[in-house]
Amino acid sequence: MKKYLALFRIRFANALQYRTAALAGIATQFSWGLMEIFAFSAFYRANPDAFPMEFSQTVSYIWMQQAFLALFMMWFWENDIAAAITEGSIAYEMVRPIDLYSLWFCQSAANRLARAILRCAPVLIVALFVPEPFQMTLPPNARQLFLFLLSAVLSLGVVVSFSMLMYISLFYTLSPMGVRIIVAVLSDFLAGATIPLPFFPEPIRAVVELLPFASMQNMPLRIYSGNIAGVEVLRGIVLQVFWLVVLTLIGRIAMGSALKKVIVQGG
Amino acid sequence: MITLQNINKTFRVAKRQAGFGRAVKALFSHEYEIIHALSDISFVIGDGEMVGYIGPNGAGKSTTIKIMCGILTPDSGVCEIDGRTPWKERIAHVREIGVVFGQRSQLWWDVPIIDSFELIRDIYKVDEKLFKNNLDELTELLDLAELLKTPTRSLSLGQRMRCEIAASLLHSPRILFLDEPTIGLDAVSKIAIRQFIKKLNTERGTTVILATHDMQDIEALAERILLIGKGKILLDGGLDELKKRSSEHKTLVIKYSGNAPEICEGMAQSEAKEGRLVIALDPAVLSVSDAIAHLASQTEIIDVSVSGVSAEEMVAALYKEYQI
Repeated sequence: MKKYLALFRIRFANALQYRTAALAGIATQFSWGLMEIFAFSAFYRANPDAFPMEFSQTVSYIWMQQAFLALFMMWFWENDIAAAITEGSIAYEMVRPIDLYSLWFCQSAANRLARAILRCAPVLIVALFVPEPFQMTLPPNARQLFLFLLSAVLSLGVVVSFSMLMYISLFYTLSPMGVRIIVAVLSDFLAGATIPLPFFPEPIRAVVELLPFASMQNMPLRIYSGNIAGVEVLRGIVLQVFWLVVLTLIGRIAMGSALKKVIVQGG
Repeated sequence: MITLQNINKTFRVAKRQAGFGRAVKALFSHEYEIIHALSDISFVIGDGEMVGYIGPNGAGKSTTIKIMCGILTPDSGVCEIDGRTPWKERIAHVREIGVVFGQRSQLWWDVPIIDSFELIRDIYKVDEKLFKNNLDELTELLDLAELLKTPTRSLSLGQRMRCEIAASLLHSPRILFLDEPTIGLDAVSKIAIRQFIKKLNTERGTTVILATHDMQDIEALAERILLIGKGKILLDGGLDELKKRSSEHKTLVIKYSGNAPEICEGMAQSEAKEGRLVIALDPAVLSVSDAIAHLASQTEIIDVSVSGVSAEEMVAALYKEYQI
């Protein structure tokens, strides 16, 4: 366990170094969030009853999404891992007495968490102090906050284990661009990053909510905003655990067979 | 103890001719070529040996090392290192070995060297006291004191390489694999690293396997040489033995003022310039002292140097002999 903590720490320290990037990220996320909220507010003004989420829920959903973007975004790409495979630095990672899947999983989770922690505070503070209709609401009780945190951790796990499948595909294709673009577009849409899943038309929504993508940001954000409660939350969390286990298993098996055939690129 | 028996490894490489037309064709059908990187490699290396592994580019040196490190899985054959098969018991195996790949880096790019070292300590679960001893010793021998607090990205190649070698030794490995450890280093760093490796071998009894193109590395370090070419082990023997085998000729270089001296039997002139003469000498016919006396009797000698065949020449001769 100590080695994973140490890995986590060094990744964390690494990510903390890029302050300018963090500032730029904060500015982007803040303006993006605001624009999205303005757009939704225009729709809501037309007919507030036509929407599946209350306006205040949508606002909270968007602010939290922007504040914790680094945890959930699927288009985020771990360059070190990709380079290890396509350029051959995997040679050094394989001479460490550590399981490679765990190593990369830990590295990726640490990187996302470090970025999120560095960037979330300013967005959250602004979101809590903007005037009324655009203000983010706090969860009504500690229980909801706890469920949100639990679901957020699981969500990070699902996001990372899904990304791992993309990295593992590099053992076979070497060029990340194709996989990256398709996965980024598709998963962001299906995860509720573009519009929250409740806005999807009914038959499609029922299917989409079962996919692994729905176990990503969709779950914690809807728990936080109060869009789902009670049994639905429990069902969502069980589904998240299910997908986390399945994706991790697939990843480990795929990695095991890829490593047997590994070729170190570049001599 | 390292034992390799009939190790074979092939790679499938996509082939494509140059040119746009061929590139379009390759979209539809790939042609593959099977490259036999290693065929029937067998050798035994005992504990505490220092072995130089040489061969031309693409001969299979790195592939063999990667198999012994547990990175690559061979197609067939047996490899046992201290009773373990590297690719089957990778995690247990790599705990006992240290590896330096000269052309890659194992240090985290953006953090100070000491952070990388501490991470390695935690990954290998090195005991705190042992870690401190090793670190102190490595810092002194490789002159790292100034570098420890610097991020890797700010180091020069030579500085980084000294840190890389230190990083590979923090967990006191029993076997050290060096794949071109002195690539791109200046003379001072090269000598420092060679001395260090030698010391490691004599004091700690670390087995060292050194793959390199730098023949001075080989000359300074290796007691035994394995020559590989086109995936086959061609020679296995001591450096002196190999040198004798290739040639016993000595090279005599003299600088003189005055008349050019005549050469006699047993000498062959290989280069002549105004005031300078290079002679290949066969010591079986004419001894070195006789040769010098003969030349000195004819002209004023300013400077003289005698050298045996260099490792570089020897290897070039071997490559030629085996047509690799």
